[in-house]
Amino acid sequence: MENNLHVSSSPHIRAETNTRDIMLDVIIALVPASVMGVYFFGYRALLVILVTVLAAVLAEYLAAIVLKRKQTIGDLSAVVTGLLLALNFPPSIPFWIAIVGAFIAIMLVKQLFGGIGQNFMNPALAARVILLISWPVQMTRWVWPDGVSSATPLVILKRGLMAQAPGYLDLFLGNVAGCIGETSAAALLIGGIYLVVKKVIGMETPLAFIGTVGLFTWIFAGGSLFTGDFLYHILAGGLILGAFFMATDYSTTPVTRRGKIIFGIGCGILASVIRLYTDYPEGVSFAIILMNVATQLIDRFTVPRSFGGEKNAA
Amino acid sequence: MFVKKSFSGGVEVPHFKNTENIQTEKIGVPDEVIIPMQQHSGAPCKPTVKEGEPVKVGQVIGISESFISAPIHSSVSGTVADISSMIFPDGRYVATVVIKADGKQDIHEDVKPPICTNKEEFIEAVKNSGLVGLGGAGFPAHVKLNPPKDKNIDTLIINAAECEPFITSDYREIMENSADIMDGIDAVTKFIGVSNVIIGIEDNKPEAISLLKKLAAGKKGIDVKALRTRYPQGAEKMLIYALTGRKVPPGKLPMDVGVIVMNITSVGFVGRYLKDGMPLIKKRVTVDGSAVNRPSNVEALIGTKLSDVFDFCGGFKTEPFKIIMGGPMMGIAQYTLDAPVMKYTNALLAFDKTFGNVPPETACIRCGRCYRACPVNLMPLHINRAALVEDMDALHKYHTMDCIECGCCAYSCPARIPLVQSIRLGKTLIKKAQAKAKKDESQKDVKS
Ligand code: SF4
Ligand code: SF4
Repeated sequence: MENNLHVSSSPHIRAETNTRDIMLDVIIALVPASVMGVYFFGYRALLVILVTVLAAVLAEYLAAIVLKRKQTIGDLSAVVTGLLLALNFPPSIPFWIAIVGAFIAIMLVKQLFGGIGQNFMNPALAARVILLISWPVQMTRWVWPDGVSSATPLVILKRGLMAQAPGYLDLFLGNVAGCIGETSAAALLIGGIYLVVKKVIGMETPLAFIGTVGLFTWIFAGGSLFTGDFLYHILAGGLILGAFFMATDYSTTPVTRRGKIIFGIGCGILASVIRLYTDYPEGVSFAIILMNVATQLIDRFTVPRSFGGEKNAA
Repeated sequence: MFVKKSFSGGVEVPHFKNTENIQTEKIGVPDEVIIPMQQHSGAPCKPTVKEGEPVKVGQVIGISESFISAPIHSSVSGTVADISSMIFPDGRYVATVVIKADGKQDIHEDVKPPICTNKEEFIEAVKNSGLVGLGGAGFPAHVKLNPPKDKNIDTLIINAAECEPFITSDYREIMENSADIMDGIDAVTKFIGVSNVIIGIEDNKPEAISLLKKLAAGKKGIDVKALRTRYPQGAEKMLIYALTGRKVPPGKLPMDVGVIVMNITSVGFVGRYLKDGMPLIKKRVTVDGSAVNRPSNVEALIGTKLSDVFDFCGGFKTEPFKIIMGGPMMGIAQYTLDAPVMKYTNALLAFDKTFGNVPPETACIRCGRCYRACPVNLMPLHINRAALVEDMDALHKYHTMDCIECGCCAYSCPARIPLVQSIRLGKTLIKKAQAKAKKDESQKDVKS
C-alpha cells in the first residue's frame, strides 16, 4: 500500500474554478447583448451567431488535428472567440464571410501563435479587421430586418448629420444600426458587471478605456474645447463591447493592475484619435489591436515590486 | 472603529476545521521511535548515543556545535536499536536514531526545571529545551529570542492565526493550556525585555479570542487582536503587517523591523518547560483528511511513526492516496507511513483519491489570478516560464527569491499549473548559480 502514496508539491488542494468555468462565465456575460442583438436585428442575427460559433469550434477542432495538439474545444475558448466575432459582425453579413472570419480568428491568429494564452492579438478583433479590409462593403452595410438600411450613430456623427442622430435612450438600449452585439450599452453593461462581480475581469481596463474616451471626446470633440458630446461617444459604436470584453482578453492584454490601466488609457486615446481625426468613424477595434502589440512592452515595464520591497529598475 | 489591516492578495480557502472541538488525546508509548537528527532549520545534530546504549526520557541524544541548531532528546526510555540515515521527503539523508521503547518512561536525571534569573540563563534554557518554531518552520527558538544587539526589538507577536485548512492544534493549545501560554509570555517579556505583546488570531475562532482576551485583561501590555480570516494570514510577514503596519523587506527578518514572532504553541511550551524542565519530546498533532476514520487531535511522542498515529485514529476508511505532514497549502507529501512525527509537525492529513488528486495541467491563459492571489505581489506565471526554460535574467527580474511558498498562486490557477514547484526549481537554479559565482570568485582570488 505504501508504495502507492502519491507525492507532489504543495499546495495539495485547488480552487474549483478552471479555464472552462471562466470561459463559460464570459459566454453567460455575452448572452444579454446577444439577445438584444437578435431582438433588434431579427432571426438573421441569431443565424450569424450560430454559424460563426460553430465555425470557430470546428476550426479549433481541425487546428488541433492539423497541428497535432491536444484537443481543446472542451475549454470553450473557441466558443467565446466565435461569439465575440459574431457580435462584431453586421447582421446582414454573408455567412461565408462569417465562416472565413472564424477560421482566420482561430487558425491564423490563435492557433498558429501557439494556442490559448500565447497569441498576441485578440483573435476576434484581428479577424474582424482583416475582414474589414478585405470586404469593406459587406462589413459595413447596416440593414434592418425590414430591409431599410441606415447609417450607424458614429457614421451619422462623422457626416455631421446630427439631426438624424438617435437619442441617448435608443443608444443605451441598442435600438440603432450597428454590429449585432455592440449596440446595446445596457445589455453589455449587465454582462460586464457580471464579469467584474465574478472576478473574471477587473474594473481597471474598462474604466480606464471608457473614462479616457469620455474625457478625450469631451475636450476635443466639440466645436470648442470642453464641449464634446462625450456621452454619445461612450454609448455609440463598439466602445462598451470592446472595453469590457475585448480589452480585457487575458492572452493579449497586460497582467498587472498598472499595466491594465496603461493599456486602457492607451486604447482610449487611440480610439478617440481615430474617431475624431481619421476617415474611420469607429476606432475601438484598431485601438485594441494596436495596444495588443504593445502589451509585451507594457508588461515588461510594470513588474510590480515585492511586498515591502524596493522598486526594481526595469 | 477598529479597522482590520490586512495584506493584499491571498485566497479564501475552505476551513475544514473539523477537529476544533476535539479534546487532545494522548497516544501511548509506541514500540519504537524514530528520531531524525534534524528537526529544525539550520545545522543537523550529531548523535551522542551509541547502538545498544540505554536511554531515558528527556535525555539528550543529538547536539550540534552550530549556533543555528537545536539539541534533540529521547522521547522514550529504552535502548538505542539503530543509528542510520533516513531519507527525507526533500531528498536529503539525515542521521536517525531508532530507539526501542521499554514502556517504563523513566525520566532522565538531567530533567529538572531550569534556573533562570537573567536573559543569558533564559536563552540557554530555551536552547537546552530543544524548542524550534512549532508553527511549521522549525527555526531554533533560542536564535530567534537572541537577536544581535543592534536590533531594537519592541514587540513580541504571538502567532495564533492558524490559517491553514484542517489544522486545529494551536487552537487546542489555547483552549487546553492557556495558563502555560500566559506564563510563557510573561517569561519571554521579562527576560527578553519587550513590553509590547500582540496575540494575533483569525476572527473565525471567537471562543479562543474571548478566552485570550479574558486572560490578557489582567496584564499590562498584552493585546489580543482578531485578524481577518484569509490565507496566508499566519505567514510571518503578513502577520507582522496586519498587527503593526510594518513591512519586512525581502530578504530581511522580523527583527529588522523590531519584532519577534513566536507561535502560540511554542510560547505555551516555554511556560511549561520553565515549570517542569521536560524538553520538547511530544507534540500535539491534528489528524484529519478524507481518508481518516476518526479525525482527532492527538499528543504524540516525537518519533512516533505516522502509521502508529493513524492507527490510533481508527486507521483509514479508504485507501490513502496522499499523506501530508502539515496543512494542505504548505505541507509536505510523505513517501511512507514509516516517517516519524517531528518537533514541528502540527498536522497529519490523509486524503483519498477524490480529495487528493490534483486535476491535470492545461495551458496558462494569462488570467493573472496567480498574481492577484500572491501576498508578496509576485508574477508566478512569469517565474514559472522562466524556471522551466532556465531564463536566469527573468528569474531575477521577477523576484523569484521573495516567494514565501504559501501556495496561493497554484491554488487559484485555473489551468492547475504546479506554480510552487517551478518557483522552487527557480530558487534552486538561482542558488546554484550564486554558489558557482562564489566559487569562481574565490578561485580567481580577485579583490573583494
Ligand atoms: S493563474 Fe495560472 S493560468 Fe492564470 S496567469 Fe497564472 S499561471 Fe496562468
Ligand atoms: S509566488 Fe510564492 S508567495 Fe506568491 S502566491 Fe505563489 S507561493 Fe505564495
